[in-house]
Formats: sequence, structure tokens, C-alpha cells
Amino acid sequence: MMHIISDETIDYVGILAKLELSKEEKARAKKDMGEMLDYIDRLNELDTTNIEPMTHIFPVENVFREDISSEKDGSRETLANAPESKDGGFLVPKTIV
Amino acid sequence: MSLTALALGKKIKAKEVSVKEAVTEALEAIEKKEERVHSFITVDREGALRRAEEVQKQIDDKTLTGPLAGVPAAVKDNLCTKGLLTTCASDILCNFVPNYSAQAVLNLERAGAVVIGKTNMDEFAMGSTTETSAFGPTKNPWNLSHVPGGSSGGSCAAVAAEECSFALGSDTGGSIRQPSAFCGVVGIKPTYGTVSRYGLIAYGSSLDQIGPIAKDVADCAAVLEIISSHDEKDSTSLARKDLDFTEALKEDVKGLKIGIPRDYFGEGLDPFVREAVLQAAEVLKEKGAVVEEFDLSLVEYAIPAYYVIACAEASSNLARFDGVKYGYRAKDYEGLHQMYKKSRSEGFGPEVKRRIMLGSFVLSSGYYDAYYLKALKTKALIKKAFDAAFAKYDVILGPAAPTTAPLLGESLSDPLKMYLGDIYTVSANLAGLPGISIPCGSDEKGLPIGLQLTGDCFKEKNIIRAAYAFEQTGNYARSPLGRE
Amino acid sequence: MSKRYETVIGLEVHVELATKTKIFCSCSTAFGGAPNAHTCPVCTGMPGALPVLNRQVVEYAVAVGLATNCTITKYCRFDRKNYFYPDNPQNYQISQLYLPICRDGSLEIETTLGKKKIGIHEIHMEEDAGKLVHDEWEDCSIVDYNRSGVPLIEIVSKPDMRSAEEVIACLEKLRLMIQYLGASDCKLNEGSMRADVNLSVREFGAAEFGTRTEMKNLNSFKAIARAIENERTRQIELIEAGKEVVQETRRWDDNKELSYAMRSKEDAKDYRYFPEPDLLPIVISDEWIAEIKRRQPELRTEKMARYIREFGLPEYDADILTGHKKFADIFEAAVAVCKKPKKVSNWIMVETIRLLKENEMDPEELSFSPENLAKLIELADSGAINSTIAKEVFEEIFKNDIDPEAYVKEKGLNTVNDEEELRAAVSRVIEENPQSVTDYRNGKEKAIGFLVGQTMKAMKGKANPEIVNRMLKELL
Repeated sequence: MMHIISDETIDYVGILAKLELSKEEKARAKKDMGEMLDYIDRLNELDTTNIEPMTHIFPVENVFREDISSEKDGSRETLANAPESKDGGFLVPKTIV
Repeated sequence: MSLTALALGKKIKAKEVSVKEAVTEALEAIEKKEERVHSFITVDREGALRRAEEVQKQIDDKTLTGPLAGVPAAVKDNLCTKGLLTTCASDILCNFVPNYSAQAVLNLERAGAVVIGKTNMDEFAMGSTTETSAFGPTKNPWNLSHVPGGSSGGSCAAVAAEECSFALGSDTGGSIRQPSAFCGVVGIKPTYGTVSRYGLIAYGSSLDQIGPIAKDVADCAAVLEIISSHDEKDSTSLARKDLDFTEALKEDVKGLKIGIPRDYFGEGLDPFVREAVLQAAEVLKEKGAVVEEFDLSLVEYAIPAYYVIACAEASSNLARFDGVKYGYRAKDYEGLHQMYKKSRSEGFGPEVKRRIMLGSFVLSSGYYDAYYLKALKTKALIKKAFDAAFAKYDVILGPAAPTTAPLLGESLSDPLKMYLGDIYTVSANLAGLPGISIPCGSDEKGLPIGLQLTGDCFKEKNIIRAAYAFEQTGNYARSPLGRE
Repeated sequence: MSKRYETVIGLEVHVELATKTKIFCSCSTAFGGAPNAHTCPVCTGMPGALPVLNRQVVEYAVAVGLATNCTITKYCRFDRKNYFYPDNPQNYQISQLYLPICRDGSLEIETTLGKKKIGIHEIHMEEDAGKLVHDEWEDCSIVDYNRSGVPLIEIVSKPDMRSAEEVIACLEKLRLMIQYLGASDCKLNEGSMRADVNLSVREFGAAEFGTRTEMKNLNSFKAIARAIENERTRQIELIEAGKEVVQETRRWDDNKELSYAMRSKEDAKDYRYFPEPDLLPIVISDEWIAEIKRRQPELRTEKMARYIREFGLPEYDADILTGHKKFADIFEAAVAVCKKPKKVSNWIMVETIRLLKENEMDPEELSFSPENLAKLIELADSGAINSTIAKEVFEEIFKNDIDPEAYVKEKGLNTVNDEEELRAAVSRVIEENPQSVTDYRNGKEKAIGFLVGQTMKAMKGKANPEIVNRMLKELL
């Protein structure tokens, strides 16, 4: 099956991924994504009935930490790379109107 | 910098060379060659010299006795280094200075290696040529009009150009093994979970592994031994008791069962590569290994499954780069969402955007089962196929890449074609297997060819043994830039 | 309104667990603190940082699941929920979608209509988000990640509730149970318990549910009751006007007593969940569950039985004391000091509850120290202060948590036992109130009460009432 990626799809994925594409980039993205999906579709040739999806390779489980506090003030290091900060926090455009 | 890391380490220990001399030699090589090869994004001259003094002291008072103490090393720029710029070769992290180091880097430092700089790479490790770097491409030290491969192209080129003794890279779909092949050096991707991923800026979390790149197998085994650890900060890090990889450096492959997948020698394989790899198999056979061909199956499904999983994970892993907490923030924007969009659109390069878009799409409502779950099921089948193969063989032998290094500027125009170049490497990542790439000849242009040996999970020693035995039959070839 | 409508309500309750550290890193979960003080690379989404699960989170979640009769998912894991928002540093939240830790439970509530079972659809574990502070003067918000990564469980009920009364009964039941388990302090005002209300309306007898809305930002039981009534009316009005209810998330403004839709074209509500690759699955064995059960603290029914058995309290007292975890905590701590269980119980059941009502307060808001109550009981018992003064002092303890001994001393509230002083006062009262004296002498026994009162008043409440009584009788 040939995948034709619509403008709506590209716009929608752009909203999800928080990417704003120029007109040329959009055209390119539509073509690239369509071709990749055509290629990925060959996975449908495989019969995967009753196959468990494999998320982790090794059957390792129950990896925990104990509930012990590190007790140190991280504010200086946390903010060290902030593009903009104010009053000890990260500054962002107002989130409520 | 013509010595191997272990040989240099020995001289430092014997006081024939001081740490400062070794580090200075590396820095001078960088100064001389960097303009042409561009292996580095950041060179930490002052830090390295300062560290050289500390290490020398510790060697002198015998608190540092390891084989790599005082040896200059380079680290791929997706590994966090405390106090040192870490960019992932992306504009979005152009000013990011972490206040923590990756566990693998800490392990290196604990062993006394001196980090001299951060190497170039494909942006966020997405690419096979190091051309997607926001800082411009790295060149292949064998022929400067060719790419070094990728994504750890900077690390491999730095080793081949003899700008450092060894380097660390990361491998999500072949990013250590393929550039090692293209640059004529040795690189290992260990079993998933062997080296802590803490501090490695994630691309595909379930696939990413850190590994060594060096001039020969012994160096690689020694570095891997040092960087491997069970790290409580990485839940997927394994508690292994068999990390003594240098124990496998024995020239003995008698009875070692080597399988060659017929499926690896079909269409698209460069005849020179085919010839060199099959010749290498002959050499191992002559040395007593049992070599036979077999059908691995499912080879053609590894790439589509890989790109679905890697891009899906990447779309989520790279969401944190949003201009709020660190890195690049767009200058003009109106409101929060535009700040996100502009910062990300201006900060990420085209290949990264392409993969984030694809990854977001395959996880989006209505497509999850068809793409993401299907890919995870394919991964399960591929793992099963390898389990069956490793029931019969100790090592799987094949090429690391279908061709030698392409010309600069040849690859990016057709992404799908570029992705197909990963055909021999991605399945090891899907199945968590260890793999090594070692030089096994060159093509008509003199570009190196890499032999890939893949082992079962936790069986690094099998591939190290086979690679070491093979390596003894030839001499390490130095790149023209390295020889300078 | 021509038709009769039924309200259908389901709850999504977020509870912050009482762990010392965050769910995926060892930063403190303490409430407050300087902005971003309790942060590290993990809970601020720094590149390369990785999560490691806090074992205690699993144990609390299992404990709550067992207490709500859930089936514990033996093999569960985490998923990533992807959405961009500045309070979410990774721009994904680590949560559970596909295999939540607990499923299919229930809770019995009691309302004026009797007992009713409310179904629990699931309980899952997840991380809390940071806090956004909106600058009043400038067009910006400030992000503080202290709360980012604090462990939460989300309890999702079935749409089994039909009124605000049932919703509040359900929340109170949950809160009491979780507090007893020690899994959370469940403070609505501090946000350690937050309830989102899913509400739809339908005509009585209809088989299908109506379209529901989700109401957020409900910070008290009263706000919940108001929001439910408001939303029910809003939806009915829409339907009556021939309009449609839109499935959406709404934010309640309790000051204005209205809600508004939280809508944005930039929010696609497509969370692209997938299994979290950085965390491994959790396998919960029967042995582990048994261990969690064994370590469970004393629950309400056990506590009630013990109060009756150990302290000889009437069942009525034990029931009220254990009806709020706060009461039980104060009771036990005070008894440990003064060893007078019935007296402590009386102070809680009478004066404390009276003052709570008077001040429109929730027992959770009690802040006095049980030691001060114990001291007060000692003071009253030793005769150092009389009962009227004791009540006055208690009000001070209730409001300002004062030390009663110091307070009594400072204010000179000790009971006056001095016969000379009292005789002078009593004589004065007799002189000034001839009518009452005559009444008493004519057989009106009650008149003596008035005279006692007048004496107490003259002595500013500090007189020993027994002596005053005796003296009055003597002098009359």
C-alpha cells in the first residue's frame, strides 16, 4: 500500500512533536514519511499472531531503590543551564490566560 | 600517538613517558590535523593538562595502577561530562554544560584515563555519516573526501587520525561498528546493559549502548573492562560477574563455531567487501575454527522494526529539549506553544526532525498497534532467530556495512537508502547482542573494510577471542592522516 | 425542567504517597522548601538522567489496592504518557496505562440512603508534576520542580456515584483508609489528595450514559459539592436547550463558583503511551503481598477494638475517636503522656469537636500538640485550675497551641482556695444580692446557683467552686 501523507497529518504530527515546518520542509516530510511507512509496511508480511511484544530483552525485573533521601539542595545546579530564570525557578511564557 | 593505548599505558607506568607528554602529544596532533579531519566538537586543552598532572601524581604514589592510567581519550559528545560542553552535535544543546558525568566517563576517569575532548557525531546520534552534525561533518582520515561513517564518526576518526589513544562511542543501530569499519579501527558494542547508560543522552533507550573504539582488539577489551559496571542509577544496567574481557585475548579459535548468514551476502553488497569478509572467514577456518554458512532469516525486517522502535523512543526522549530548562530557546515567540515550536524547529536539524516526526506518528492514536507493537513483535521474532543461531554457533560472521565509506554529501539526499546501510548492524541492537568490528582489508580506493563478529548475549569473550586471533594474522594499518 | 435527570459520577483521585523520597530519585518529598531545592538531574529531566523506582511506592500502592479489594497485577510495568507542559520536565510523565498495579476493586460507603458499593476500576502509580507560579505583574510563569517526581497513585472509580453526598462519602472513606495505612496524609488543602470529578447526566431509566466532562481543581469537599451541583445544572440546561454536552476537561473556580473549559488547539490529547524502556517490569509475588499485609499498621476496626479493650473506652467513644485518623493520633499521644484515656477522649469528643464546628474546620486541620492537652488534663485533675478555666485554656491550646502550665501561670488562672479571700467575696455577694438570699431562704434551692455564679464572676472564674458552695450554705 502506498502511503499518501496529507497536510492534516503532517500538521497534526507537528502539534504532537512541537515542530513547526516550513512549506518546503512539509513537502519533504510528507514524501519522506510516506516512503518510510511504505517500507515499514513490509513488517506486515510477518505472521506475529500469538507473539508477545518484546519491550525488554532480558527477563530482569524488580529493580528498586530504597526510600532513603539524599538531602541536598539542588537548586543551584538545576538552574545552572536555564535559558531564563526568576526567583529560583525557570521562567516561561505565562501558562494561563 | 602511534602506540596502542595499552602500549602507551605501559610506557607511562615505566616512566618512559610522562602523562603530560602523552596528553601534549595528543593535543598537538589535534592542533595539526583537526582543521582537516574535524573529529572534535570541543577540545579541553586546559582541563586535560590539569588532569594529566593529577593523574601523574596518582601514578607516582601508586594509587593509580591500571593499564590505561595517563592515556589520552576522547569521548563522544552525547556522553555528559561534568563542567564540559556536551552538545550531541545539536544547536539545541549548543550551550549545555552538565553538572554530572556519564557513569562510563566516571569509570574511565577512575582508571586514570585523561579525557581530552568531545567528539563529533551525527546530531543526537541520528545518522550514518556524521554529516548531520550541527558543527559540520567529520572527514575520513583515510580519504578526506569520504565520510567517517556514523554516528560515532568523530570518535572513530580521532582514533584513526591518531589524535587520541582510544575513544568512547555509542551504538544504537551500528553507530560504533559501522564508523569503526569505515575508519579502519576496532569498535565493540557490548551486550545491552553492560555499560551504564546514565549520562548518555538517549536516542533509543532500549537499543543504546556505550562502547570502546581503539586501534586494536586488546585496547578495546581493556577499555570495555574499565567502562563496564553495574550502576544503580541505570535500572537496565546488569550485574555481570564476567567483565574480565581481557581474559579472552588468546590466539586460539580451535573448535570455535562460526556461522556465516547466507542472507548477508545478497544484493547491495560491495564485491570488495564480500571478498574481504569471506577471506577473513577462511583465515579463521585455517586457524582451527569451524566455519559454515546458514540461513539466519528475518534479516530484511530488522531495519523497518529498528526504525519504528528507535524513532518512537527518540520522539519521546527528545521531547525534553524545549527551551525551558537548558539549551537553546528561540528569541522571538508569542506564548508558550510558539516558544516550544520555534525553539525545537530552530534547534533540531532535518534528520532529527524527520525521526521525531516518524516516531510521533507511529505512536499516535490509531497507529500504535500497527506500527509500534508490530515492531516489538518483530523484535521478539528476531531475538528468537538469533537464539536458534547461537544454539549452533558461537560467533556470527559478516560485514559491518554493505559498502566502504561513501563520499561526503552523497548520503543525506535519500534517507531511506542511508537507512538500508544499517542492515548488518541493527539486529544486534534489537536483540541486545554484543558485536565487534575489526579491519579486514580495503577496497580499490584504499578505504578500509570492516569485519563484524556478533556473539550471543553476555558472550563478548567469544567475539573478542575470534577478533584477536584474526587480528594476529595481519598488521594494523595506519591511516594516511594518522601516519602524519 | 420537564424531565427528571440522574447524575452519574466517577472519580479520579490522585494521592501523594508518604514516601521520604521521590518515585524515581532520592530527592526529598517534603512539602514547600525554596524553589527547586528538592531537585536533581532525574526529576528535572536533564539529558542522560535515568529513573530508578522507589520500592516503597510499590508497597504503598499494593497496600491501598488490598484495602480496596483490588486484584494486584502480578506483572505490571510503567508507560510513558507524552505531552508538552512546563511543569512536566521530560515532557512525558511516567505513568501506567497498559498494566496498572491494581484493578477491579470496590469500596463500601454509607450515606443517608444506606450502604452502597462503589467500584474501583484501577489504581496506578505515576509521578507528580512540578508547580507553576504565575507572575502577577509580568506576562510569565515560574516553574518549581520540587513536586516533580513526588509519587502518586491515581485511584479511578467506576461511574457508580449519583450525588455529591456519595462522592464525599467515597472520598472520606478513601482518605480515612489511606491515612490508616500510612500511605498518605491526604490533605486536600495541600494537594496531597486531589479529586477530579467525571460527571454526566441522563434521564432516569436511560440505559446509556450521557457525555461526561472532567472537572479539575477541586481543593475541598465543599468545592467538590458546589462543582457537582453547578456542573449538573449546566449539563441539564444544555440538554434542555437542545444543545450537546462536549466531552472536555473543565477547571473549577471556587471563588466565582463556575467552571470553564481548558481547551487549546495546541493540545491534541493524543498521549502516545508506550512502555517505559528505562524501567523494568515489576513482579509482585504472593510472598511479597503477604509481607506487605504483615507490615500493615493497625487499621480502624483493630484500633477500635483495642481502645475498648486496652483503655476501657465505651464503644461510642472508640468509634468517634477512630473516625478520623487525626483524632486517634491525638488521643494516643495524649494518653501516652497523662495515662487518662477517658478524660482525653472527653476533651476530644466534646470540646475539640465543638470548636471544630464553631470554626468550620476539618479534623485534618487540627494543629495543637497532644502533650499540651495532656498537661491541661493534669492541671485540671490536680485542682490547680477549675473546669471553667480549663475550657478557656483549651481554647487557647486549640487556637495557638500554647503550653497550659506557662499560660496559667502567666495569666494567674490558678484556682483560689484561700478561705479568707473566698469568705470576703462570698460575703460581698450575699450583701449585694438580697433578693436571691431571700429566695434561697424561702426554699428556692436554685437561687444558690446564681450566688455561686456571682461569686465566680467576682473571682474572675478562678474560685474553687466546692469551697464557694460550702461557704454559701454556711453563711446563709
